[in-house]
Amino acid sequence: MAGDTPLLDELEKGRWPSFVKEIKRAGERSPAAKDLLGLVEKSYKEKITHWKHGGIVGVTGYGGGVIGRYADVPEEFPNVEAFHTIRVNNPSGWFYTTDALRTICDLWEKHGSGLTNFHGSTGDIILLGTQTEHLQPLFNELTEAGFDLGGSGSVLRTPAGCVGPGRCEWACFDTLDFINDMTQSFQDELHRPRWPYKFKIKAAGCPNDCVAAIARADFTVIGTWRDSLRIDQDAVREYAEKGFDIKADVVDRCPGNALVYDEKAKRLELKPDDCLRCMHCMNKMTKAIRPGVDKGATILIGAKAPILKGAFLSWVLVPFMKIENPYTEVKDLLEKIWDWWDENGRNRERVAETISRLGLKDFLKAVDLEPIPQMVKHPRSNPFIFY
Amino acid sequence: MAKTDIGPPDYREMIPEVVKNNYGKWKYHEILKPGVMVHVGESGDELYTVRAGSPRLISIDLVRDICDIADKYCDGHLRFTSRYNIEMLTPKKDNVDDIISDLKQLGLPIGGIGNAISNVVHTQGWIHCHSSATDASGLVKAIMDELYDYFVGFKLESKLRIAVACCINMCGAVHCSDLAVVGIHTKPPKVDNSKMSAVCEIPSTIASCPTGAIRKTSDGKGVEVKEERCMYCGNCFTVCPAMPLADPDGDGVAIFVGGKVSNARKPPMFSRLAVPFLPNNPPRWPEVTDTLKKIIEVFISDSLKYERMGEWIERIGWEKFFKLTGIEFTEHHVDDFSTAVGTYRTTTQFKW
Repeated sequence: MAGDTPLLDELEKGRWPSFVKEIKRAGERSPAAKDLLGLVEKSYKEKITHWKHGGIVGVTGYGGGVIGRYADVPEEFPNVEAFHTIRVNNPSGWFYTTDALRTICDLWEKHGSGLTNFHGSTGDIILLGTQTEHLQPLFNELTEAGFDLGGSGSVLRTPAGCVGPGRCEWACFDTLDFINDMTQSFQDELHRPRWPYKFKIKAAGCPNDCVAAIARADFTVIGTWRDSLRIDQDAVREYAEKGFDIKADVVDRCPGNALVYDEKAKRLELKPDDCLRCMHCMNKMTKAIRPGVDKGATILIGAKAPILKGAFLSWVLVPFMKIENPYTEVKDLLEKIWDWWDENGRNRERVAETISRLGLKDFLKAVDLEPIPQMVKHPRSNPFIFY
Repeated sequence: MAKTDIGPPDYREMIPEVVKNNYGKWKYHEILKPGVMVHVGESGDELYTVRAGSPRLISIDLVRDICDIADKYCDGHLRFTSRYNIEMLTPKKDNVDDIISDLKQLGLPIGGIGNAISNVVHTQGWIHCHSSATDASGLVKAIMDELYDYFVGFKLESKLRIAVACCINMCGAVHCSDLAVVGIHTKPPKVDNSKMSAVCEIPSTIASCPTGAIRKTSDGKGVEVKEERCMYCGNCFTVCPAMPLADPDGDGVAIFVGGKVSNARKPPMFSRLAVPFLPNNPPRWPEVTDTLKKIIEVFISDSLKYERMGEWIERIGWEKFFKLTGIEFTEHHVDDFSTAVGTYRTTTQFKW
C-alpha cells in the first residue's frame, strides 16, 4: 500500500525537475501511479527492482508494441500488479501540435496511469503503466485518432532521425521524410516479429550525428556531400574582424589538414581532396561555411550495445548514396541485408554479430557490394588469406 | 475491427508555418544565450528555439502545461529533442523571454544548447525494468541537481554528454558518452531449476552467455553456472526468468568516460572504464555524483578549447587521466574480453 515515501521525497528537492513530483501528480488521479510510487520507494529501501519478467500481452494483429510488465509484490501494490507499457510511434523529428499531444493525454488519462516518457530511447512515446484489459481499447482509440504503435521485440524498431531540414542548415538529405517513409513502408516488419533479433534504422543529416546513429543503429544513414564544402569569404572576414582565431580554433583543428588560411587577406581556402567532412569548421563558423551541393548520405552498418559480443560502432558500407524519395536504392539494400541476416542469423544475433561470425567478405557478396578501402581503417595485417 | 498498420501521424501536419516555409532552406544559426538559439533561413525568416530540460518521466499534467505555453506563444507547435528536452519554436523574437519565464514557472531549466551538459539519456531503472541493477531516474535527478549550472550556463568549452543505463544492456548511447553511469551486478545468478523447464528454453539460455559459463545439468532438465566464468552481465536472466541475479549489496554502478558519437575532429569513440564499482546509495548516490563532479572539474581545468573528454584523454594519455583525477587503476580496468589484445600498449610512448 502506498504510504510514506521518505527516500523518494528527498528527490523532490533540488533544482532539476523531479520525476517524483510527476509520479505524485499522476497519483492524484491514478491509483496505479500511487502504487508505483510505493513500489519504487520499496525498491529504493531494498535496493532491488520489484518488476517481474514481462509476460506476453499485446493487441490483435501485432506481435509487439506493448511491453508486458508485472510487479512481484502485487499483494502490497495491487494497482501495479499489471503495469504494461505501450510504445506509440512518434512523428518524425518529434514535432507535435498541441492538439496531437492533448489527444494522447486524454486517451492515456482514460486508459492508464497518466505517466509517460517523452520519449523512450528509441524515440517512441512511452505510455507507462496500464492493465491488460485496457490494451485493446486504448489501441483502438489510438489508431482512430491517427496514432500507431512502435516496434518491440525481434522487429524493425521505430526508425528515428534528426530534425534535419526542419531547422538545420547542415542537413544533407531530408531526414524527416526519409524516416517517415521508412516507417510507413515497413509497417509489417515493424509490427510483426520475424527476424533473428531487433533491427534499428537511424538517420542523421550530417556527420555531427545528433541522434547517435553511428552508435545505435544497425543501418546508419549519415548525411554527407561529395563535392567541396562552400566558403563565404565575406563571412570569413567578419569572423576574423570580430576576433575569432580562425587559425588556432579551426585550421589547426582540421583532422585532414585541409584548410589554408591567409591571415593578411583573411581568406580561408579548402583543399577538397583532403577534407574528411568532419563538421568542425562548419560547427564553429556556421555563417561562413556550408556543406557542398552534391548531397547524399553515407550508409554504415552494425552498431549495437554490448550484449552479446560487445558494443559495436557502425562501419562504412556505402560511402555515398543519393537519398531521395522514394528511396528505392536504400530499400533494395535493406531487403538484401534482411534476407541474408534472416537466412543466416542465429536467435538473438544482431546483424553485426552475424557479419562478424560469417565474415564481411561473404556479407558484401550477399548484398552485391564490392569491397573498397573506405570500408576499413586498414587492411588485414595477418597473412591468413582464404585464396 | 481496429485500424492497424497506419504508422505515425505525418510530421508535415505537425511542423509550424515557419518550418514549412523554410524547409530545407536554412542558412545559419546562432546561440544567443543558454537554451536559446535562432536559425535564419535563406528567406531571412527567423526561427527561435527555446530549449528546456525535462525529467523524461512526466505526467500528462506536465504535458498539458507545456501545451498551454505552446498554445500561448507558438501557435500550438513544439517539439522534443533526441535527449528528451522540450523545444518551443517561434518566429517571434519578442516571445522568447515570455516563453522562458513561463517554462521556468513550471520548474523547467532553460539550457542544454552548445557547450553545455545537455539532458541525460537514461533508461527505466527501478521504475519499470525487471533487469535493472540500479535506478536511472534517481541517478539522473541526483546528477543533474549537482551539475545543474552546466545545463543552464556555458561553463564548458565543448559539449559534454552524460548517459545512465540501469544495466549493461545499455538502452541508449551509453557506450559512447563523455560520462556514462552503468548499473552492474557483481554476483552470479541464483538458478532455480525447479522452474527452469517451465519458463526457459535451455539451449537459448546456454547460448545467451557471452563467456560460455552456463551448461546443462547432468539430468538435462536444468542449467548450472560455472561461477568463475560468470561476469554477471545478466543476459541469461534476460532470456530466462529462472536465473535472477539482482542483489542489493552486489549491485551498483560503474563509471565509463570518454566516448563520443560525433565525427567532428576525431572519429567516434567508445566510453572506457574509469570506476569499476560504486555501491547503490539511494536516493542521491553521492559517491557517483562526487566522482562525476571531480572528473568534470579536472577535465575543464586541463582540456583545450573544443576538446571532448575522449579527445582530451587521448591527447594526455590514460595514465595522466588516472593521475589527475586520483581514480585508482585496477585489474578490472584491463580488458579480458575478445577485444583485449587490441587494447594493450604496443609502444614505449607513455608518460611517467
